[in-house]
Amino acid sequence: MKKLLALVLAMVMTLTVCAAVAEEETVTLKIAHIGPTTGPAALYGLATLHGAELAAKEINEAGGKYRIELIAEDDEHNPEKVINAYNKVLDDGAQMILGTTTSKPCEAASAQGYVDRVFFLTPSASSTAVIEDKDNAFQVCFTDPNQGAASAEYIASHKLGTKIAIIYNDSDVYSTGIRDSFVAKAAELSLEIVSETSFSTDDNADFTVQVADAQNAGADLVFLPMYYTPASNILNTAAAKNYKPVFFGVDGMDGILGVEGFDTSLAEGVMLLTPFVATSEDEKVVSFVTKYREAYNEDPIQFAADAYDGIYILVEAAEKAGITSEMKFDEVCDPMIAAMQEISYEGLTGAMTWDESGAVTKTPMAATIINGIYVFED
Amino acid sequence: MTKAKKKHLIYNLVIFALVIGAYVLLQNMIAAKTITRSLKGQLIPICAWIIMAVSLNLVIGFSGELSLGHAGFMSVGAYTGAVISGWLLNAFAMENTGLRLAIAILAAGLIAGIIGLLIGIPVLRLRGDYLAIVTLAFGEIIRNLVNVLYIGTANGKLYFSFLSKDLPADVTILVDGAKGAVKIKPISTFTAGFILVMITLIVVLNLVNSRTGRAIQATRDNRIAAESMGISVTRHKMIAFVTGAVLAGMAGALYGLNASTVIPTQFTFNQSINVLVFVVLGGLGNVLGSIISATFLTILPELLREFADYRMLVYAVVLILVMIFTNNPVIRSVFMRMFSPVRRLFRGRESQQGGEAA
Repeated sequence: MKKLLALVLAMVMTLTVCAAVAEEETVTLKIAHIGPTTGPAALYGLATLHGAELAAKEINEAGGKYRIELIAEDDEHNPEKVINAYNKVLDDGAQMILGTTTSKPCEAASAQGYVDRVFFLTPSASSTAVIEDKDNAFQVCFTDPNQGAASAEYIASHKLGTKIAIIYNDSDVYSTGIRDSFVAKAAELSLEIVSETSFSTDDNADFTVQVADAQNAGADLVFLPMYYTPASNILNTAAAKNYKPVFFGVDGMDGILGVEGFDTSLAEGVMLLTPFVATSEDEKVVSFVTKYREAYNEDPIQFAADAYDGIYILVEAAEKAGITSEMKFDEVCDPMIAAMQEISYEGLTGAMTWDESGAVTKTPMAATIINGIYVFED
Repeated sequence: MTKAKKKHLIYNLVIFALVIGAYVLLQNMIAAKTITRSLKGQLIPICAWIIMAVSLNLVIGFSGELSLGHAGFMSVGAYTGAVISGWLLNAFAMENTGLRLAIAILAAGLIAGIIGLLIGIPVLRLRGDYLAIVTLAFGEIIRNLVNVLYIGTANGKLYFSFLSKDLPADVTILVDGAKGAVKIKPISTFTAGFILVMITLIVVLNLVNSRTGRAIQATRDNRIAAESMGISVTRHKMIAFVTGAVLAGMAGALYGLNASTVIPTQFTFNQSINVLVFVVLGGLGNVLGSIISATFLTILPELLREFADYRMLVYAVVLILVMIFTNNPVIRSVFMRMFSPVRRLFRGRESQQGGEAA
């Protein structure tokens, strides 16, 4: 028994010495990823988690000044559970948070973080409420109004349609947020909206009524601010009615080509506003997509790319702010906020800078689906 | 004092002692900073879920009506609380958070009670399965209504809009349709939660042991016999139903004002079922059981975080095991022998409940 104890003690001491030696050379950043890895929004939480894991692995293998220790917790896409996950990661010693993945939980968690002084960089929570009235939250993705307004501007400047129909999900924050800003911007640009219909998350299988309304109103462009699953149903319904307007989507449309049992030829000519497409020939994107496929056996969606960029952005900001391994989350927060406004980062999803509001500045890009792949417009 | 009364008194005192003891212990842990952030963050939700479970137990366990819309009352309370709190801040610049919380909770209870009364009039004429279905539908209706509800406040006035966001431009938005109640200033405290739990217990335990409470239980046990004794079944069921709704509304306000945001999808049918699970696991008509199971089942998923993505699977397994063990006569008798002094106090009570306690 004594021998065993001595052995254990010796091992612990060696480890401590090793750790001490290692710490002199490198800085370990404890970054928490919070997102829904189970439940209905798991697709997005897993994508951001995988993106973050990939970036952390790359950084650790490259062996530079920084090491990343990723702490992952599940929030189930629930504003109550997210607070539990948030408290858990802080208990576990997280210094900053990459997350949370989805808008509503992020709004709750970053508000709590504002009180406790915790730094948040969300890869994909796009509602304005996430960053409004608090200085501790920053976004990698566009805000919803940004997307809606940018879509309206793109449609107006490229003269894609004169009579516009909108179909949106009225029970979803993401969808209604984009729809509201699109309608406001469209009025400003005097785009004519001839039909506006909605559906809810519980009832997204049959779109006959909505599509017929757009068709009867003679719309030549249908704006679809929603995720890709209902969008694929809408395209199916429109094809059955032999109705062929221009379909214009936003970043949630990314992934439509991967829907099981969906005839991808129906998506031909669909346009979408997205900062990232997996088929891009950009060197960084190609390398990311290859590694992602190797590790997870699937194509990355935009959320994964956002989180991948997010980890690199955090490291860059941490370097600027001079974060060390020993700093606590409340000591990390303010230097990180200052650093975020100084850095610029060129990642998979474009060249990004931030202002004090926490919103990102990057150029929106519209892609068109041609022959089953995304092609970027100018 | 009769023997039965004495039993009730001791049973009630045990419950109060446990709740107060837990509160004092936790307050000491908070003061000594030995509590984890994780547990501290869950204290207020636990209080809210305890109130939900106890109030639903009043409806299901004591009045015997299977209500599946309890989360609907909670959402009414959460939204009312958020709106009233935001309005008080705007209209009277009321900085005193304790007073604001108290008014918001009372208003939430009142509104939920009125809605409970309105729903109860048609619903409580139904029985059994029909009542379950109608309350279920009610919960969903409430959720869909708040989904298209917009409320803002400016210059001390409240502005309402339905279906479309038709509010003056300068208002502070309080409820924003599908985005839920937004920018809530969290003002709930653990002490407020504790006080509310105590109020709930006093109301429910007193009601149950009163003449009215016995009438309520009589309508549950045998409707026809109760009617023939001159007890108005609808009236007594209504008393239990509305009291349950008021308490659920208060729990909702406590819960909503603990977060910075509340969305309609938090109060779906699933949430009602969740509370039903608390009640069934704790035992129908068993108030102490409801308290323990609500606490245990709220903390459990967090304790199971070690299992990562498999934790809800483990949660389900634990739930089944608890059900089996609490119903196993051998294990029950072992437990009973361990607590035999306490048990002797309750023996009379258990036989009264016709073995319904799980």
